[in-house]
Amino acid sequence: MLFDRPRAVNVDLQTDATLQVDISDALSERDKVKFTVHTKSTLPNFKQNEFSVVRQHEEFIWLHDSFVENEEYAGYIIPPAPPRPDFDASREKLQKLGEGEGSMTKEEFTKMKQELEAEYLAIFKKTVAMHEVFLCRVAAHPVLRKDMNFHVFLEYNQDLSVRGKNKREKMEDFFKNVVKSADGVLVAGVKDVDDFFEHEKTFLLEYHNRVKDASSKSDRMIRSHKSAADDINRIASTLYTLGTQDSTDVCKFFLKVSELFEKTRKIEARVAADEDLKLADLLKYYLRESQAAKDLLYRRGRALVDYENANKALDKARAKNKDVLQAETSQQVCCQKFEKISESAKQELIDFKTRRVAAFRKNLVELAELELKHAKGNLQLLQSCVGVLKGDT
Amino acid sequence: MAAEMEPPPLGDAGQTDFREIEDGEGFFVSTVTILESPEPSSPDPPSMPAEGISTNGPKQEDISLDDDPEDLFAEATEEVSLDSPEREPILSDGPSPAITPVTPTAMLTPRMGLGTAEMFERSLDELEEDESGDTFDMHIAVSDPEKVGDGMNAYMGYKVTTKTSMTIFSKNETTVRRRFSDFLGLHSKLASRYLHIGYIVPPAPEKSIVGMTKVKVGKEDLSSAEFVEKRRSALERYLMRTVKHPILLKDPDVMMFLESSELPRAVSTQALSGAGILRMVNKAADAVNKMTIKMNESDAWFEEKHQQFENLDLQLRKLHASVECLVCHRKELSVNTASFAKSAAMLGNSEDHTALSRALSQLAEVEEKIDQLHQDQAYADFYLFSELLGDYVRLITAVKGVFDHRMKTWSKWQDTQLLLQKKREAESKLQFANKPDKLQQAQDEIKEEIEELEGKVQQGEKDFELISKTIRKEVSRFEKERVKDFKVVIIKYLESLVQTQQQLIKYWEAFLPEAKAIA
Repeated sequence: MLFDRPRAVNVDLQTDATLQVDISDALSERDKVKFTVHTKSTLPNFKQNEFSVVRQHEEFIWLHDSFVENEEYAGYIIPPAPPRPDFDASREKLQKLGEGEGSMTKEEFTKMKQELEAEYLAIFKKTVAMHEVFLCRVAAHPVLRKDMNFHVFLEYNQDLSVRGKNKREKMEDFFKNVVKSADGVLVAGVKDVDDFFEHEKTFLLEYHNRVKDASSKSDRMIRSHKSAADDINRIASTLYTLGTQDSTDVCKFFLKVSELFEKTRKIEARVAADEDLKLADLLKYYLRESQAAKDLLYRRGRALVDYENANKALDKARAKNKDVLQAETSQQVCCQKFEKISESAKQELIDFKTRRVAAFRKNLVELAELELKHAKGNLQLLQSCVGVLKGDT
Repeated sequence: MAAEMEPPPLGDAGQTDFREIEDGEGFFVSTVTILESPEPSSPDPPSMPAEGISTNGPKQEDISLDDDPEDLFAEATEEVSLDSPEREPILSDGPSPAITPVTPTAMLTPRMGLGTAEMFERSLDELEEDESGDTFDMHIAVSDPEKVGDGMNAYMGYKVTTKTSMTIFSKNETTVRRRFSDFLGLHSKLASRYLHIGYIVPPAPEKSIVGMTKVKVGKEDLSSAEFVEKRRSALERYLMRTVKHPILLKDPDVMMFLESSELPRAVSTQALSGAGILRMVNKAADAVNKMTIKMNESDAWFEEKHQQFENLDLQLRKLHASVECLVCHRKELSVNTASFAKSAAMLGNSEDHTALSRALSQLAEVEEKIDQLHQDQAYADFYLFSELLGDYVRLITAVKGVFDHRMKTWSKWQDTQLLLQKKREAESKLQFANKPDKLQQAQDEIKEEIEELEGKVQQGEKDFELISKTIRKEVSRFEKERVKDFKVVIIKYLESLVQTQQQLIKYWEAFLPEAKAIA
């Protein structure tokens, strides 16, 4: 099912001819979505210059988790995993519509069906975009793009046999997370000598919470907007019926206004959709990215604690003159790990800021431009209708 | 039983009547006032010619309580004779029969030759002529709601200001203070006088126990303020609609309502008064009766109109419900936008890139302004669109009520005809009675009864024709008003939408350079 959609908008990425990844097609089946991942590359490690494979959501998650678990990548912000495709709400609505078919006129039913199908399509496009962004981020990252698993993901044209985590594994994950957050609190409590990181820690903590709040509030606002647009839809239908039934002069008014509302309602729905795309999605994305950045800081903090502990152990060993060599190597390993993470983390966090500012700028500008476009469109329709009606009285 | 009645405006009304008659105006009004004489179904007062005013004594048998489900307020007197075959009207004391003035008869005499219907038309035409000489120029404002008293006995007083250049009013500008029950009392009187003869009396705003209790208890919050404003606006629209009706405008109670500084309290409008309970009983009885009347509609116009109003009712109710939904969602949108604005401001605060931080704060400001815009639009949605629809849903119920009254009039006529037929049969059977001495007496009795019934049948037919004619006129007037109202409101509403979009454009245009300035 081919369709065109704008490229991932939430990140401002430098596209590089050596490796370009995109999702060229997607198919929605009963419970799953099948993405066609398309790669163009001049890199020597690929067999061809251009190829495609079909992947499902679980395979994306597998790839993401493999990054997270890889010690080598501890010093990088791991691009956040795309959220699970969720068509439940939309499917439920379509089902309810089917059940309520008897209680509405044929026109109303067709209209609502079209509405819901459009909604389904919009959610579909969004989930495709989010999966694509993930891949593009990986492809743009100087180190991650070279990852073996990534290449397998892109090239291996068989099923990766990555089964979703079973119950036991999910439980393990759950406990791991609990331990991690408890640990995270301890680690966060350790004051950092480095001003840069200390500042980043405070900043990210607050920022993450506020983005979460803004994201949920923007969702609510957009939902109300959609509800209002739906109401206008119903009003337009009833006005049309009134217009056809009425034998007096006012029937013309009803019909004209019904026509007007049909059009303005479409615009209102578009406004809500654009706000969703440019504002709500942006906030959601940076909610996930700021979490990934926090995770990075946590890993660094963990490494710092380990390093300090290794130092203490070394001192102790030297004092007792026992297992000194072992302690020394251990300390060196910790030191290297910590310094490696610190170095790359610093750059990652700076890049994060740059990306964030660029993404916000792009989206806020586009949001304002779209709001203006729609308001002007609305205004023109309204004014012309008023003109016609006034001329008639 | 019932609560105390308002003392009949006897002296005033009587005088007003005479005055009006002398002026040559309000001819019909005086006729109608006479109608109120609470005479039981006695023979016509001999001073009135039989084919005189159709609105003679027996007219009272009609049920004064209308079928308007929204309108629970018909009049009630202390006495209700529930045992008369046709239910007595429950009316306020009108002028007593003694006041049946000779003068109107004198006025009538020259018109004796005409049929009732034409006479009626003449009188209406006269009124309309008078109207055009004195064009409708009146503006009523209801304002300054003020709480009077404390606790559960407290009530809201409203200022009613009438500005007019019409000569029937004694002053160009009058201001009085009224409370809600006064409005209900007015409507109650008008309904009992005019509904059953086919006039579409605008319904009064609805009671609201919850709303009023909040106000009484003294909650000074937003929802009670909204409630009071909603009611004030509804009362204003109610009065304007009432006075736009050429007949109702000239009603003495309407004038008294607008002009006199003190108004007797309309206690019978309380839901739990004896009158209130009686109303409910009668309404139930009416509903049952309605189901059993099967009318042979000979006039296609009525059939058609009835159907049209049914359709209109259905659609308007649907539309009203949708618009109420819209108001609700827009209010919700306003609240959520405000909430988002605050959140965006917080986000801007924690953002450490200066330019982005500033832009986010600007976004928060824009959203705050937009939330106010949504609130204003919701207000317009409600007061312009939703309330108009609500008013018309209630008005159409009054229209349907008037159609029902016509059915009842027809039914009564038919019943009387049936009774006459039975009596005639009984008369012929008397021929074969076996008691010759009693025969003459019985024959005389029956002859008397038959004569009486023949008169009633004639009356019934005339009543039916009259109400049919009135309804035709009323419906045409109603439709004209409806078209006007809707056209005006629709344009106003669209203009409010235009304004909202213009403001939106202003706000986003101001924001765009800020967003672009992020470096």
